[in-house]
Amino acid sequence: MSLSNDTIKQRLIEKFGDQVGHFEEPYGMLTFEAPKDLNLKVLQFLYDDEELAFRFLTDLQAVHYPDNKGRELAVVYHLHNLVANVRIRFKVFTDINQPDVYSATALFAAANWMERETYDFYGVNFVGHPNLKRILNVDEMDYFPMRKEFPLEEQTRVDKDDEMFGR
Amino acid sequence: MARPVQYNIYGQTDVKLVKEGPEGYMGEGFFGTSLDKVVGLARKNSIWPLPFATSCCGIEFMATMASHYDLARFGSERVGFSPRQCDLLMVMGTIAKKMAPVVKQVYLQMAEPRWVLAMGACASSGGIFDTYSVLQGIDQIIPVDVYIPGCPPRPEAVIDGILKVQDLVGKESLRRRNSDKYKQLMESYGIQ
Repeated sequence: MSLSNDTIKQRLIEKFGDQVGHFEEPYGMLTFEAPKDLNLKVLQFLYDDEELAFRFLTDLQAVHYPDNKGRELAVVYHLHNLVANVRIRFKVFTDINQPDVYSATALFAAANWMERETYDFYGVNFVGHPNLKRILNVDEMDYFPMRKEFPLEEQTRVDKDDEMFGR
Repeated sequence: MARPVQYNIYGQTDVKLVKEGPEGYMGEGFFGTSLDKVVGLARKNSIWPLPFATSCCGIEFMATMASHYDLARFGSERVGFSPRQCDLLMVMGTIAKKMAPVVKQVYLQMAEPRWVLAMGACASSGGIFDTYSVLQGIDQIIPVDVYIPGCPPRPEAVIDGILKVQDLVGKESLRRRNSDKYKQLMESYGIQ
């Protein structure tokens, strides 16, 4: 393979120094992390570089780590180099009290709906998104259901006996 | 020669091939009864169902409509797909909260008198989908006349539910839809 994980890692460290870190390779897929202010710069670098050329945003979502104080929400970008067929995973972490992350819509059109979905379920506020509103849930919903503090079950039910349902 | 089929032995079986008509006065060449009984009789035997099928209950309903179970025997030959023509809204399957306004819109487009049947655990109560995205029973948004339990119910249960609807339709007073109680019921659902 022409493009190895080590090469990608080397190029990132050359460009961003110690601001990128936490390099891991679970199941052979390069995973790394950067400060949330740098997310667009890292994505742009990975996109523009002739050798790296990560020009396809496969997926974008968030993860909630309630015990990770100050960096509760992780926004994860899955990128794909279609020429060399290499995939990488890029994470930024943010405080849940101020979940502002720059929107990648200017770089990837595919990010539009994915960021709306991430906002819908986790409440990540994508700064610069053209139309940041709920996409899958009802518009009247007043919370972000995939955050861990909200129970999965519908809370408006009164007729279900908790003992019968193992709660 | 007596035929060995129990349904054909007149007077010796409790199976009734023809349902009895309404109460009234009968004589040579005439039959007198009240108007709402006649209207009820006509309505109950010509219900046009509007299937609102979203999941596996819809598949069971298709089996019910097909030749094997043949819902047409009960006067529901024509399944309409326009709410403006139909009498019975059959909600079959999980209704997500995002789908709820659609169900309500379909109900509002139906002309009075209209009836609603909730088929299966999901339409009746949310079923196993006790989750933030699923409506916990369609009776939260529209009034329901008959619930069919099951997950999904067998076609026999669907037929039983239809017969229960027929009972309701046949016995309904012509003035019910103008009564204060009915208006209160509609207002409790925010329907004018």
